Amino acid sequence: MSLRVFGFLLLLLAVVGSGVGVVYARHEHRQQFVALTELERERDELNIEFGRLQLEQATWAATSRIEQVARSTLGMKYPEASELQVIQP
Amino acid sequence: MRQTPVAKRNNAHFRSPWLDTRRRLLIVVGVLCLSTVALVVRAVDLQLIDKDFYQQQGDARFLREVPIATSRGMITDRLGEPLAVSTPVVSIWANPQELLLHPEKLPKLAEALGTGLELLSQRLAQRADKEFVYLRRHLNPDEADLIMALGVPGVAAQREYRRFYPTGDVMSHVLGFTNIDDRGQEGLELAFDEWLTGKPGAKKVIRDRRGRIVENVDLIRAAEPGRDLTLSIDRRVQYLAYRELKTALLEHSATSGSVVVLEVATGEVLAMVNLPSYNPNARDVELEPGAFRNRAVTDVLEPGSVLKAFTVAAALETGKFLPETIIDTSPGTMPLAGHTIRDIHNYGKISLTRLLTKSSNIGATKLALEMSNEHFHDVLRRFGFGEATGIGFPGESPGVLPGPRSWGILHKATISYGYGLSTTPLQLAQAYAAIGNGGVLVPPTFIHGARNPGRQVIDPQLASTLVDMLETVTGPEGTAKLARVAGFRAAGKTGTSRMASVGGYQKRYISLFAGLIPASNPKFSVVVVVNDPSGKDYYGGLVAAPVFGRMMEGALRVMNVPPDDVPGLLAALPTRVTTALAPPGVDNGLLPAEAESVPDNVGLLP
Repeated sequence: MSLRVFGFLLLLLAVVGSGVGVVYARHEHRQQFVALTELERERDELNIEFGRLQLEQATWAATSRIEQVARSTLGMKYPEASELQVIQP
Repeated sequence: MRQTPVAKRNNAHFRSPWLDTRRRLLIVVGVLCLSTVALVVRAVDLQLIDKDFYQQQGDARFLREVPIATSRGMITDRLGEPLAVSTPVVSIWANPQELLLHPEKLPKLAEALGTGLELLSQRLAQRADKEFVYLRRHLNPDEADLIMALGVPGVAAQREYRRFYPTGDVMSHVLGFTNIDDRGQEGLELAFDEWLTGKPGAKKVIRDRRGRIVENVDLIRAAEPGRDLTLSIDRRVQYLAYRELKTALLEHSATSGSVVVLEVATGEVLAMVNLPSYNPNARDVELEPGAFRNRAVTDVLEPGSVLKAFTVAAALETGKFLPETIIDTSPGTMPLAGHTIRDIHNYGKISLTRLLTKSSNIGATKLALEMSNEHFHDVLRRFGFGEATGIGFPGESPGVLPGPRSWGILHKATISYGYGLSTTPLQLAQAYAAIGNGGVLVPPTFIHGARNPGRQVIDPQLASTLVDMLETVTGPEGTAKLARVAGFRAAGKTGTSRMASVGGYQKRYISLFAGLIPASNPKFSVVVVVNDPSGKDYYGGLVAAPVFGRMMEGALRVMNVPPDDVPGLLAALPTRVTTALAPPGVDNGLLPAEAESVPDNVGLLP
């Protein structure tokens, strides 16, 4: 086989090889992009959930509500002067 | 060609040189060639000459740049509790041209949207020539999913953010609110709009004919979420202020009021409450006029006697007076430039301290008359009157402090007891904070950790003398006994000023109290304003001072301020002897190191 033919075949192989490589890379890119999009969606969902929970917590923990629950449900009250004890250091 | 005689006869009529076979062939070929050339020319035109134009038009119908929504930053209080949170919501929109092709789907859609079929059809018909119409904005994502599950052609969902304010009307004036597009409209939402707003991103997507996204092609810009903002407000103190102010407004049938609490050392606003208020989560209800105004910053008032502290400060600074210097205020009235200045009682000969304790107008006038206009004006100016505080709240008023050259003798006298100039409640709180801060005025701020640089406005010694003098106001003979908090020493000054209106002053009042607590080392500067109390009481000491007392009792507890008047606290308790509450090591409110050093026989006080 002459050197020329060999060189030609080599280049031909290289072209085919790189072509397959491009296709593979493109495919990989698609796959990764799909995965990324999925993860982003998941992150957004979690953020949404976090925001909702924060709001819920803030609503439950509103000072007025705590006070009301403490007074009515738990029967708490601020101690009278007669119930206070002072410890002096 | 040979022809039969018959054919020859029949065709003789048509025979002409144009119609021989070769010519016909040529014509056909020519026409075909021309068509081919025309096609080639057109192809070249499309593919080479106008290629860019058509490519672009094609992409425009196919590739789209779509924005990526981004959330607005959260606003929290100084402890990180959320005060304003953006949560995602979904807006449903439709392309009327597409949707109207499927009228049979409308009833179901209307039902899912919760709007009447009639209304929906009408809305679509109005915009039949457009490509975009909102069907419903700001839906809960779950509800939106239900609507999208119907799969009606031409209906699409879009993510947006909605602002929620968990504290509701307690915090509404400070925070303000955003509009439906999540941009700040009022208050700090407006002032810090730039900071809070994120930068929406953009991505390239391929859309199908119905506008659905088939594939994400490229990210052009990533979305930058808005930054969070930590306010100096303490949610608990804010709530206490709100509750006590509301109680006072009801009790005294007052129309409106404000409370400002500043941290003395840093100028940070711990609480700022105004009433009437509104719920920022449901703004569409009918509101009282002025409910949106942050009165503590935007409204000015004549401070009345509350200003006497600065009159006395200016007098002491001249060196002509001492706190013990005696001034004769008898007989309780004083003619001046054709007017009469009155005290409530004839206080006789009183010291400067007692002038503050009893709030004598005549005493203040006599001090003012001993000072030059320029000096008195300069002191007021240094305390920040007549100048915006620079807190950065939209619509802040600078108040009014007329220049000293325009002061006549009567004007100077009225300024000495708080008329003829006007300030915002915030300015008053700032000026009192300067007294409590050893004479260093720190401009107020809403931002936690802002560290505004302070400036020395009066001598530290003078400032501390003033605090001592002001403490007598809450003392047994003072005007503000109701401002007391058990276990703490409080300094302050009451004020009752008449509301100015067209043509003079009315029989309507503004009750004020400005206070510093604990007096031994002031931590908080508080201003309480109650407008137009129409019950039987209208004196600042009876209306505004109790708000201070009740509010600070709770606030000092939540802010962990140790009592500076333990004997006073003990005196308020019934005599009782008890043994130690808890064995050493058990949490009794002391740090471990301190707990060690506490002797075993630590007695609880009698």
